[in-house]
Amino acid sequence: MAQRIDVTDLNIYYGAFHAVADVTMAIEPRSVTAFIGPSGCGKSTYLRTLNRMHEVIPGARVEGKVTMDAVDLYAPEIDPVAVRRQVGMVFQRPNPFPTMSISENVLAGVRLNNRRISRSDAHDLVESSLRGANLWNEVKDRLDRPGSSLSGGQQQRLCIARAIAVKPQVLLMDEPCSALDPISTLAIEDLIAELKDSYTIVIVTHNMQQAARVSDRTAFFNIAGTGKPGRLIEMDDTRTMFSTPTDRATEDYISGRFG
Amino acid sequence: MSIARQAGAPASPPPAPGPSRPVRRVRHGLGGRVFAGLATSAGATILVILAAVAVFLVIRAWPALTSSPEELADGVSWFPEGTTLAGFVGPLIFGTLLAALLALLLAVPVAIGIALFISHYAPRRLASPLGYVIDLLAAIPSVVYGLWGATWLAPRLFPLWDWLGRNLGFVPFFEGPASSPPRVVMTVGVVLAVMILPIITAVTREVFLQTPRLHEEAALALGATRWEMVRMAVLPFGRSGVISASMLGLGRALGETMAVLMILGPGFTYSLALLQVGRHQTIAANIANQFPEANPLGVSTLIATGLVLFVITLAVNMGARWVISRRAEFSGAN
Repeated sequence: MAQRIDVTDLNIYYGAFHAVADVTMAIEPRSVTAFIGPSGCGKSTYLRTLNRMHEVIPGARVEGKVTMDAVDLYAPEIDPVAVRRQVGMVFQRPNPFPTMSISENVLAGVRLNNRRISRSDAHDLVESSLRGANLWNEVKDRLDRPGSSLSGGQQQRLCIARAIAVKPQVLLMDEPCSALDPISTLAIEDLIAELKDSYTIVIVTHNMQQAARVSDRTAFFNIAGTGKPGRLIEMDDTRTMFSTPTDRATEDYISGRFG
Repeated sequence: MSIARQAGAPASPPPAPGPSRPVRRVRHGLGGRVFAGLATSAGATILVILAAVAVFLVIRAWPALTSSPEELADGVSWFPEGTTLAGFVGPLIFGTLLAALLALLLAVPVAIGIALFISHYAPRRLASPLGYVIDLLAAIPSVVYGLWGATWLAPRLFPLWDWLGRNLGFVPFFEGPASSPPRVVMTVGVVLAVMILPIITAVTREVFLQTPRLHEEAALALGATRWEMVRMAVLPFGRSGVISASMLGLGRALGETMAVLMILGPGFTYSLALLQVGRHQTIAANIANQFPEANPLGVSTLIATGLVLFVITLAVNMGARWVISRRAEFSGAN
């Protein structure tokens, strides 16, 4: 239930604007890959091309190749909806559906895939997903309450439970802790460490300590200047990246001497 | 790291606070007070107007409300013998609600469809012209709708009503034979639906456009198609807005006078037969119809029916508020 992603010569455009240029990387299954880099370097944009979510923005297009388990995600016969059912996503700000209860939120994706699910199966899935997101003990007595009644950190774990309930191959996380307090951040980081046994996880983060704590591999993106496309500068094992990076820009960024 | 840097920097004392002052009340200034006064008086004005209308209606309706059925039958030429005032108003309430509900039933699905198309499906080049056209419909005076409905639309609807009467006549609503010309409540419902379509569409569209992008993306990222995204994120978020919009439309349909007066062949019964003439009448159209020739007691009787319409509209709006508030914590407003 975890697959490898290979990206070859990927270029991303918004209309005439060239947002990200020439990215080639391999994302290993059952591991955590972190994307770091300054704001505007295109790492979130790039992340969103891995489940074709960037297409939601009018004028966005890509050139190049993204394959998951040898399937080209951008082949003409591939439906982006099908891609997103394989590649789950957790957003920067927690976004549980406010009109749904906690358990309905967890089941939201499953109901899309497979409308008929028995009551007991649904209950089991809610419990296993919430346990998987380390949220079960906190919400088991109020599964019928609205998702928006939870704290920010709990909402984010609810979103993770919602994403893993459909058993995706890959889980993308776009700065999942940037709106959370340190305790909630720690809870999410622990969760990521547990989830990587079953999923391929890609996380964008502005927090370098977080990248160092949770990831196995780290990719550093940078931008040469305003209006220029973002590029992948370097990608390596996290330990290597944070101790002996090859590129000078990486070292400067990681040690806080940039610009 | 920042601590180390600070320690290394030359010690520059932070700016000293000014001489201590007693904590005083912050002055809110003239602008704030003027604005608060304006806002409060605007809010109070609407209550005063509402109360004034209610008082006017009660005072002017009082003679009719306190008259016996015999007095009413003697004093008012068109008042049916042997009925009470309630017995007279009953069919009018029924006709008013029937026509308005028909209009709502026809208009709301279409309005939601148009609003969704404009907000989530149409390419931007098409969406805004379409929005303008819908808004234009609201600018047409109701007398024009009445003319259009009576002279153009009604004859063209007749074949459809006729077909319904022949083939679905076993349903009480479509009991045949359909009257020709079709000056029937069904035709009124269609015209009223067209009239309330713009307001419902406009409000619904605005609500749909305000769906948080975050929720739409949440649905899409789960692998929702566009329609599934609409069902998961847009419609639940817009639910209370759709109800409010419908109530605005219903309010207009309940009170619409001219178009009903020009189209409907009136009658005073509780008939469900939508395709038959001479069965229904609405309160507003009845007032307009009888008012010019009414004597003082007649006017009072008509105003009593107007009071009933006022109460119905109030009840409808309060009902809508209650429906919205019942699931407020799931509304997304928190």
